Parts: sequence; structure tokens; C-alpha cells
Amino acid sequence: MTDLTKLSAAALADKLTAGEVSSVEATQAHLDRIAAVDGDVHAFLHVSDHALDVAAEIDRRRAAGDRLGPLAGVPLAIKDVLVTTDMPSTSGSKILEGYVSPYDATVVARSRAAGLVPLGKTNMDEFAMGSSTEHSAYGPTRNPWDLDRIPGGSGGGSAAAVASFEAPLALGSDTGGSIRQPAHVTGTVGLKPTYGGVSRYGAIALASSLDQVGPVTRTVLDAGLLHDVIGGHDPHDSTSLQDAWPSFADAAREGARGDVLKGLRVGIIKELPDAGFQPGVSSSFRAALAAMEAQGAEIVEVSAPHFEYGVAAYYLILPAEASSNLAKFDSVRFGLRVDVPGGTVEDVMAKTRDQGFGDEVKRRIILGTYALSAGYYDAYYGSAQKVRTLIQQDFDTAFGSVDVIATPSAPTTAFKLGEKIDDPMQMYLNDVTTIPANLAGVPGISIPSGLAEEDGLPVGIQFLAPARQDARLYRVGAALEAVLVDSWGAPLLERAPILGGAR
Amino acid sequence: MSEITPDLVRHLGVLARIQLSDEEVQRLTGQLDAIVDNIAKVSEVATPEVTATSHPIPLENIFRPDVVGDQLTPAQVLQNAPDTADGRFRVTAILGEEQ
Amino acid sequence: MAKDKLMDFDKALEQFEPVLGFEVHVELNTKTKMFSGAANPAHSDNHDAAPNTLVAPVDMGLPGSLPTVNAEAVKFSISLGLALGCSIAPSSRFARKNYFYPDLGKNYQISQYDEPIAFEGSVDVELSDGSIVTVPIERAHMEEDAGKLTHVGGSTGRIQGAEYSLVDYNRAGVPLVEIVTKPIFGAEHRAPEIAKAYVQTIRDIVLSLGISEARMERGNLRCDANVSLRPRGQEKLGTRTETKNVNSMRSVERAVRYEIQRQAAILAAGGTIIQETRHWHEDTGTTSPGRPKSDADDYRYFPEPDLLPVAPALDLIEELRAALPEPPAERRRRLKAGWGFTDLEFQDVVNGGLLAEVEATVAAGAAPAAARKWWTGELTRIANVQGREASDLATPADVAALQGLVDSGALNDKLARQVLEGVVAGEGTPQQVVDARGLAVVSDDGALIAAIDEALASQPDVLAKIRDGKVQAAGAVIGAVMKAMKGQADAARVRELVLERASAS
Ligand SMILES: [Mg+2]
Ligand SMILES: [Zn+2]
Repeated sequence: MTDLTKLSAAALADKLTAGEVSSVEATQAHLDRIAAVDGDVHAFLHVSDHALDVAAEIDRRRAAGDRLGPLAGVPLAIKDVLVTTDMPSTSGSKILEGYVSPYDATVVARSRAAGLVPLGKTNMDEFAMGSSTEHSAYGPTRNPWDLDRIPGGSGGGSAAAVASFEAPLALGSDTGGSIRQPAHVTGTVGLKPTYGGVSRYGAIALASSLDQVGPVTRTVLDAGLLHDVIGGHDPHDSTSLQDAWPSFADAAREGARGDVLKGLRVGIIKELPDAGFQPGVSSSFRAALAAMEAQGAEIVEVSAPHFEYGVAAYYLILPAEASSNLAKFDSVRFGLRVDVPGGTVEDVMAKTRDQGFGDEVKRRIILGTYALSAGYYDAYYGSAQKVRTLIQQDFDTAFGSVDVIATPSAPTTAFKLGEKIDDPMQMYLNDVTTIPANLAGVPGISIPSGLAEEDGLPVGIQFLAPARQDARLYRVGAALEAVLVDSWGAPLLERAPILGGAR
Repeated sequence: MSEITPDLVRHLGVLARIQLSDEEVQRLTGQLDAIVDNIAKVSEVATPEVTATSHPIPLENIFRPDVVGDQLTPAQVLQNAPDTADGRFRVTAILGEEQ
Repeated sequence: MAKDKLMDFDKALEQFEPVLGFEVHVELNTKTKMFSGAANPAHSDNHDAAPNTLVAPVDMGLPGSLPTVNAEAVKFSISLGLALGCSIAPSSRFARKNYFYPDLGKNYQISQYDEPIAFEGSVDVELSDGSIVTVPIERAHMEEDAGKLTHVGGSTGRIQGAEYSLVDYNRAGVPLVEIVTKPIFGAEHRAPEIAKAYVQTIRDIVLSLGISEARMERGNLRCDANVSLRPRGQEKLGTRTETKNVNSMRSVERAVRYEIQRQAAILAAGGTIIQETRHWHEDTGTTSPGRPKSDADDYRYFPEPDLLPVAPALDLIEELRAALPEPPAERRRRLKAGWGFTDLEFQDVVNGGLLAEVEATVAAGAAPAAARKWWTGELTRIANVQGREASDLATPADVAALQGLVDSGALNDKLARQVLEGVVAGEGTPQQVVDARGLAVVSDDGALIAAIDEALASQPDVLAKIRDGKVQAAGAVIGAVMKAMKGQADAARVRELVLERASAS
């Protein structure tokens, strides 16, 4: 019998629809896989104790002839930033240990309604602050390609879960690259939708004007299928767009079979020269571009002069918004409370927040408090908001002459655990290619482009499209994916080392 | 060099309600100083004629009809409370005056 | 706490010029809250809600929750802005005001900061002598209320010395409009009266718009009064204090007077005024310092990233403008003429802040004179005794119903006053009080005749006098009968029956 965990979500869904496998079987296979490898990977903070019940209910409904969605019965891993009524939601923080939400995040509710089977909650940098998942209060997640290396962050748990075949699909959130950069270092696919394309309701806020929820998968089609489930207007999120979106799964299918690369104008950014990247990253990127050219794409150099200010603007806007968003963790209504004998409520709050938050969170809260405080606002937060305008203008100009922009998804392959943890600024520079999309609200996808020659670790290529043109990313991503997988003879993850038990 | 000093960090800790230890204050002072040196460059291009963007996708007039919904049960409201009494959240004595 | 030294009010005015400013918070009576779908405790349907029963995720800052703007609250705010003569901003936006306090679920308040929905207006305020003072309005902005703290333990029940506090988030997120005046110059010795009349006028406006219950006692309408003094002839404004917690119109007047007297004493002694918030104490009629303005008041405002700009369409604004009720001064002229009150009678109603109450009572069926009599008479008397507002004691419907019982003869004046006491004490509607207390006038002649015959029999001398035609002697018998009936009889009917029985027996 086929190993059900090795199937793409689309292939598994086909077997479920055809009645060849039950959701209980599929769910059990993934629970077994988690039991076998998650001791090493630590992608999950919590594994659902009733996933099989949910799966059985889907099987029952299917047997009863209910109309089910295309992904019904397929297991799903959920980043712990998303609140759930049946499992704890900690956002990787000690301050929320054991917290159970009285309501589901919209994307979770939609996933349940579509018949997806929540497997558990995945690890992440505390409150999504980080690029390595080392800042989780519950210990790091490890990269399935090399357990001594980081799986990216903040959504390292979701990426590692799909990369190690513990789940075919996962939900992530991306504030400055937290879906795309983990995809890059784990050889998986991740897409950050257009800002407002997917509801933020129930996503524990990091930076409200940058956060987006999106799919984390092994194939572009799977990402499209999941995006179709979670996307669309939600009245609970005022920033949610009311657009009628096309099917992203259809866009991916169209890309995989069609000739969308022919005549496609692909922009590469002058201000991001190869010198800024690990050699194996830029050579993989160049090779992917060459493969596209071979299919008739045209590579065009575009200028984005303000991208170099992106990291600086991002590390002002994010901490500022985060310092306010994280004020709610104060020991009064939920979460940790550290008692201070004889102390006032102010003392209790301050002590709780000191002990409940990790170093990176405190660092960013203090930085954000500084950026917003009287006398500094204009120079910092205000200026950063202007850089946002300039970066949007750069995108507008560039998209005047190209259909998509391509960049390497991150400067390096997965680095070693502990390597950058004491140098926050080095860590922040990891996000240089992914941040502009969050600042401008445009969609971005990362798909595997190959392995870096010097270390044999995965590399991702990022495509960016104008706001609302997420479907274009699915078409282009699926097209390149098809070409590359064809050239490799098998999906990249086939080359990952064998973990734990049987693969 | 930016103007980050241990006193400023301590003051920011008060504003942010984080009881920073002296060791934390020292460490944060150095780290923030380095970070602020890097990010202060936003002001180089943030000239007066550039408008600020607070929402990446501009929208306006997004309203909700005045219809009751989303109300939690009292049990849901209190389900994660560290301490309660009489159907309310209980906190230790408050020093400051009401706002 | 050391007792404040006060300077005589007139003396203070000789040396100093008072400058006033007000921030009035109005709780809107929309069905739901400003930023969530939870039912609004400031709506009449929800007054008696138990703690933490009117709470949606965002009201208590639950992780992942997001605010959404109540369309009706925006309309109410625009209407109020227009009624205050303000311009409506083509685009306004929300901001976060960041500070930690246990009654604030998110530890920031969503408010409007640099771009309020309404700005630059004015309100004409009529004083008791009929003169008009124009109060300049700087802005009116939308925001949300905070939850409610109850301090437990300690002797005072106040924040100081309490052992612990309890938090109820029902009120968190109630829609507020905050109306901020510009500095008010030239108030002089009328400053306390202007303060009171200003709040009264705001109350009249929101009541006529129907956008708030506007009951100060319930906190639907709250006034922070800013007072500063400057020596005569000085250009520069003096340091101001902001007095909070002023929960009745009477208190607004008293608090302003107190602050003028207190500040004058300090300044005259060569002292300086500290810029601070002060709390009004209804019981002692004094103010005391709150937390001094310190670095902790760096609110770190920034545009609320979870919400989008409010840019009302011009035709919506015009539609709301067309629907505005008549301006207060016009309304007063119309009501005075319609009711046929004398100047004095009408001023009585206006000064009591009871215009809306009398109007509603008349609308509910009472004669204007009767409505006026209840509100400016008995209810005002009880309010003064209890230190409350007459408008908070009973509803116009109750008063009209009470008068109806008098008109039908079911109650006499004395009984009606007892019924009113029951209503004020919260015993229900007038009819419910009548039933529960058994207070109806005895209209059964049989019972009256029995009591009369008994009284006549026990006072043969009086009976003789009546038979002799000395009818005024009947008073003694009537008194005895009324006493026997515990006052629950119509005295005129008793008199009739006494004369009848005396001549018949
Ligand atoms: Mg104020
Ligand atoms: Zn206010």
C-alpha cells in the first residue's frame, strides 16, 4: 500500500473522493508519522487527541452522500498563532501556556467547514518574532534536512511538518517572510496572499498592517487548494478585501499544464545583486531563471531603489504595532499571572510580562515603545510609513514593465541552530527579500528551486505579483515547479535524508 | 550613535509594563543602540512630500450593521481567567488613579 | 488629606479671570458596541445585565480578536457633530491610545486623535437670566468606553486602600463621542452657571437627537471640567486642572466654583497650580488630586491598523443634517408658547434641566402644568434631598401615569406623593406601587359612611353644630374619617357624605 503521508494533498484528496482510502486511515498514517519523527523534528506543540473522531465524522458524511469540499478528510497542521477552540493556542509563548480560545480563527473555522482534519498546532518563534523558530518558549523545531539546522521562522513548525511528511498541508502566517523563508529552507511551498486576501480574525496579531495568513504545502497546487478554502471576505476583519477571487487551485492546474512561461516578463531587482547571497543560493536562483527563459520567459532587470530601506522600515513598524498588540497579555483576563506578594496590579503586570515574554519579544516591545513614544514618532514610525509608500511606488513602477518579480527567497540556506541567536541585527537581515511584499501588501510565493551546491540544502525562489494578482503566482509557480520537478525526476523532498522510522 | 541609554530603556520598560532587571537593561541598551543605528536610516528618504502609508491596500468606510452578534457566554468570558470572584475578573490592588 | 484653603468666590473673581474648558463624554445608545457586536449596556434593553454578560472577544482583548466599526454609531456621531455646528471631516480615522489599566481589555483605547470626525463648531448656551453664551467647540470624536472596576476591601470602597478589584467588561467598548470645547473666555462670575448650562445644553441636544439615554447618574453623560485662572491683565493662560468624575449638572457647577476658589487661594498666596487631574467628591463637595501628569502619560498614539478611514459621503451628511431636530433655543421658544407657561415657570423647568422630561411627560398624556408641577416640585425636592438628578428619579411615562391616576380620582395629592416615593425607590410603575402598597383612594361609599357614622356618634357636640348650620364644624369629623381611612379617601367626597349623614340622622 502507498505511504499515505507521501502523497500530495491533491492526490490524497483524490483517493478520499474515490473511496480508496478513508480519512481515518489518512489521519492515522499522519499521526503515526508524527509519533515516529516529531521527537526529532519538534514541529508540533500540540497534537489533537480527537483528530480521528473528526476524520471518522468526515468518513460518515461521505458514506451518507453529503456534498463535501475537495479537501474533505485531508489532515491539516495549524500554526499555533491561530486560535482554536479544541486545542491550546500559545503563539509559542509561555505567557499563553494552556490558553484555549472560546472562538476559532476564521481560517480554522473555514478549514473545519471544508472537512479538513486538524492534526495539531505547530511550533513557531514566540509571537511570530523570528526567522528560525529558536525563539519558541517550547524549544526549537529542527530542519528535516539537517536536524542541527533551523527550519526557518517564524513558521518553522508548519514548514517542518509538511517537509517531514507529518502533514500534507499546514497553515502559516507571514508578517515579514514567516511563510516564505521557512519554505525556502525546508524545500517546501509557501504563499503569502495579498494583504486582506485571507482573514486575520483569530490570528494572534504581531503587526496588524503586515500580517497575512497563508498556505504551507509541498506543491503549488496544494497551496492553491488550501488558499481556496481559507480565502475570501470576512466581515470580522475590517481589512479583509471584498474581491471575488478566482480559484487558485485552477490557476495552479492551468500553470502546470500550460505554457504560461512563454512570453512572461520576469523582473529581477538591480538592487539585490548576487553578491548579497550565499553562492549556492544565487546559482540555484540563476538556474531557475534559465529554466524559465528556456520556456520562453523574458528576464528583465528592474530597479527598486527603496528596497534597501525595507528592513529598517519593517523593524520600526513591526515592533511599534507589536508593542501595542502585545499589551493585552497583562495577567488580568487570560494567560500567565506571576504573583507579587504585597504588590499592586501594576507590579503583577510588569513581573508577569518580564517572566512570560522571551528576550526577542521584550527586545521588540521596548524598541516599538521607543519608536512610538513622544518625540520619536515622526522620525521613526512616521518615516517608516513613508518608506512604505516609496516601496509601493517601486513595485508600481516595476510592475509597469514586468508580470512578476523574482528573487531568491532568502540570502542563505538553513543556518545552524544558535548561529545567529545572539546577533539580532544579523537575524533581521534574513528577511531582506521577503519584507518588501509585506510592506506593500503584494502577494509572494516561495517554491523550491533546488539545492545549494556547497551544502546540499534547499533553496527557494520567490515570485512577487501586483496586489490582488495571487492567481498569477499560482500559475507561474506551478509552471516552474513542473519544469523543475521534471528536470529533477522527482520532487526535491525525495532527496531529504530519511528521518526516524520508515519513509 | 543613537541616544539609547540605560535610563531610557528603564523608562521604556515602565511604559511597556515590563519589569526589566539591571542585567536586561544593560543588554538591551547595547542591542537597541545597534538596531536603532541601523533603522534610523528611514529618515534619509522620508521627505515631507512623501505621504505615509498605514494600510497596504487602501480601503475606507468598512462598517458593521448595528446587529447583536459574537457575544460570549459568561463562562467563555471567564474560562481563561487567572482569578475571578462574583462573575468578574479579580486583580490585586490598583495603585494609580482611574484614567 | 489636608483641607484645601478656599478664597471667597467674589474676591477670587476680583483678582483672577477664570478660563474654562470641557470634555463631555456621551455614551451612544446603539444596539451594539462601538467595535463589536456585543449588546450595548447603554441601550435601554440592557440596563440590568449581569457582569461580563455583554462581552465579545474584542471587548476583552482576546488573542486574535479584531474590532469592526458600528455603522449606526458613526451616523449618530455625525448627527451630533452637525448639531454642535461642527464641520464633518471628509476623512477621519481611528488611533490607538496606549496605556495599561485593568479595565481596558486591550490595554489601548481605540479613539480618534489627529483626525476626528467632527471639528470646529459652537453651541449657544442660555443662562437663567435669558442671556446667551456661545461655547466654541474644538472637536467631537468617536471612541470606546472602558470596563468597570469595583474596589473591594479597605474602609472607603475607593481605590486607595482596597485589597483587590473586580473587573466587569460589559461597559468596555460602549460607543462614546467625546466633545471637547476650546478655551472659554469671559465667563467671569457666571463660570459655574455656564458650566452647568453647557452640560445641560449638550444633554438637551443628545436627547433631542435620541442618540443617548443621557443619564448622568448612570454615566451616559460625563463631564471633565478644565479650570485655570490668570491674574487680571495677564495674557498668558494659567495652569489648568482637569476635574473628573462630575456626575450631575449640579456638581459641574459646584466643582467649577470650588476649583476657582481653591486655585485663587493658592495663587494669591504665591503658590503655583500643578497641572493634574482632580477627582470630584460628591459627598464632601471638594476635589482631590489624581495621579500627577507624568511620563506614564506618553500614550504613544498611532493610527489603528485594524481599522480604516471613515469618509462619509456628502449625501449622507446632508441627509443627517436635514433630519436634525430644531436647535435648542428655537425649541424652547416653541415649547414655552405651546405650554402656556409664564417666564418664571418656564425658567424653572429650564434651570432644572427638565425640559426634555416635561416635554416627554406631556407627550405621554399629562397636562403641561401637571407635568411641570411634578418635575420642578416633588421630584426636584427628592432629588435635592438625595443629592441626585430629578431626571434620574423617574421616567416621563411614570410621571404621566401618576398624573393619570390623580385625574381619574384614584389617587389624591397626598397618596400620589407616596406613590411617587415608591416609584423613586424602584418599586415599579405607579400602578404597581398602588397595588403593592394598597394606596388607592377608598371610593366605596359604604366604608366611608360607616366611618362617618361612627365619628358622628362619638362627637355628638359636633353633630349638633352641623345640624345648627355651622358647616365648618364638619372639619373635625372629616379629619377623624380621613385618619380612620389612613388618608386613602377623597376628602371632598368625605365632606359631602358628612353633611348628608348629619342631616339624615
Ligand atoms: Mg479626554
Ligand atoms: Zn475620551
